[in-house]
Amino acid sequence: MNIFVLMKRTFDTEEKIVIANGKVNEDGAEFIINPYDEYAIEEAIQVRDKHGGEITVITVGNEDAEKELRTALAMGCDKAVLINVEDDVEEQDQYTTAKIIAEYLKDKQPDLILAGNVAIDGGSGQVGPRVAELLGISYVTTITKLDIDGGKVTIVRDVEGDEEIIEASLPLLVTAQQGLNEPRYPSLPGIMKAKKKPLEELELDDLDLEEDDVEAKTKTIEVFLPPKKEAGKILQGELADQVKELVTLLRTEAKVV
Amino acid sequence: MSRKVITLAEIRDGSLRNVSFEAIAAAKTIAQGGEVVAVLLGESAQSYANELIYYGADRVVTVENEKLNHYTSDGYGQALMAVIDSEKPEGIVFGHTALGKDLAPKLATKLNSGLVSDVVAVEEAGGNLVFTRPIYSGKAFEKKIVTDGVIFVTVRPNNIPVLERDEARSGNVTNLSANIKDLRTIVKEVVRKTAEGVDLSEAKVIVAGGRGVKSADGFKPLQELAEVLGGAVGASRGACDAGYCDYSLQIGQTGKVVTPDLYIACGISGAIQHLAGMSNSKVIVAINKDSEANIFKVADYGIVGDLFEVVPLLTEEFKKLKVRS
Repeated sequence: MNIFVLMKRTFDTEEKIVIANGKVNEDGAEFIINPYDEYAIEEAIQVRDKHGGEITVITVGNEDAEKELRTALAMGCDKAVLINVEDDVEEQDQYTTAKIIAEYLKDKQPDLILAGNVAIDGGSGQVGPRVAELLGISYVTTITKLDIDGGKVTIVRDVEGDEEIIEASLPLLVTAQQGLNEPRYPSLPGIMKAKKKPLEELELDDLDLEEDDVEAKTKTIEVFLPPKKEAGKILQGELADQVKELVTLLRTEAKVV
Repeated sequence: MSRKVITLAEIRDGSLRNVSFEAIAAAKTIAQGGEVVAVLLGESAQSYANELIYYGADRVVTVENEKLNHYTSDGYGQALMAVIDSEKPEGIVFGHTALGKDLAPKLATKLNSGLVSDVVAVEEAGGNLVFTRPIYSGKAFEKKIVTDGVIFVTVRPNNIPVLERDEARSGNVTNLSANIKDLRTIVKEVVRKTAEGVDLSEAKVIVAGGRGVKSADGFKPLQELAEVLGGAVGASRGACDAGYCDYSLQIGQTGKVVTPDLYIACGISGAIQHLAGMSNSKVIVAINKDSEANIFKVADYGIVGDLFEVVPLLTEEFKKLKVRS
């Protein structure tokens, strides 16, 4: 089976956000594989181990993403592709990213494409479905179970807490929801092997794309932090009295009940 | 500049989701005096149409087709494209719901347009429509504008104030017939796992439990409190990882990001990943044994104490209130 995983490098979930010069400051920040993409990588490995084939993990970004691609290879992916847009793309949105990935994939005849359902930084959740649409294949988002039997695919999809049991067929793009699996940690032999696995670096030129072809349709004009909260009120006294006071405060001061 | 804007309304458990009205309100701002047309899909669509007009839609277009009774991206995609071809809107607003998140990127791609998802505020500033949306799970926000193509946005439930309901309003309701074919994915079955009624993302009140809840049974007092307040129950990752509850309840950087009017955190320490999912709630109450817990830093009101003592007392107090009112 020809399997592709779409991966994004994101801020570590522990990172505090600092804004400098109208942008989120990345200096000194720890980066990780987007947590939802880890589920996608793990699922890809399980599908390949069961059905055979090869996994290519793809990212669009700059050369710093090599580190996360190597981690994906150490987990068990077979090949990695970095589409480096640092020199070519100034303003990038989901339209841009999807167009670049689809252009790369269009002649690769993928059977299965996996991605995270959302990235924890930008949080738009668009790239997966956009890529599927550009490739003309079907997709299912926020999946928590995937079973492949020949060309027939049975999926459990999380819909705001409820589950849909969906029947689909290959080729297919799916996006991973938490609960799909338990992503493995790279093993030491895995890390050693990953160093020798192929990591291809491409630029827009290599995909016969011009900067204009992928020009963003939206633009960020400001980034800001939420207003700082003032210290709250810790109630005192007997517990029963505190509870009574809390209910009064919620009614008369906060006016939310 | 006035624009025609369409919105997609959603039905859940036999009634229109509140986010459908919020989408109409956002569409009004985008339309700048232009027409707002609400779209409803499925065989029973007609019966909900007037409600959309009471909430501000100028007109309603339905596509009544049995293949649209349950959502699929192919079916809804074809129906919406038929509506878009006939209406030629310059703006489109969906709810940022499971359906909206799944469908909007597909349509935006078909329309060769951008998409600003998960919008929490819309304003007109200096001739531009400016959309505010959370990034880094609410640790920061960005303001975006659309530079090319259709103005397409999804709005996060519970953030855009709805317009006042007015039964005096009237408008046309028309049915568009669309040929829905070749559904590549089929929904075989829907398994209901959430409690009837209140959806976490749309709940006005959320009672959430963390590791301090100690067991699946430990969620019972939280459920009782949520019930009295007409709210929903949520959880921290700690509680989900420990197996006390389903991951579908998880609130945080992974999991759901929520903005209710009232968030009651019970036995939640307040890891940064959890705060990212709830710190934009309007009012936060923290109940925790540990007075040093991080959650108190974002709480408006805090009670240092055992949740198993505090929560039942709270439930009793709210019950008394209900009886009196």
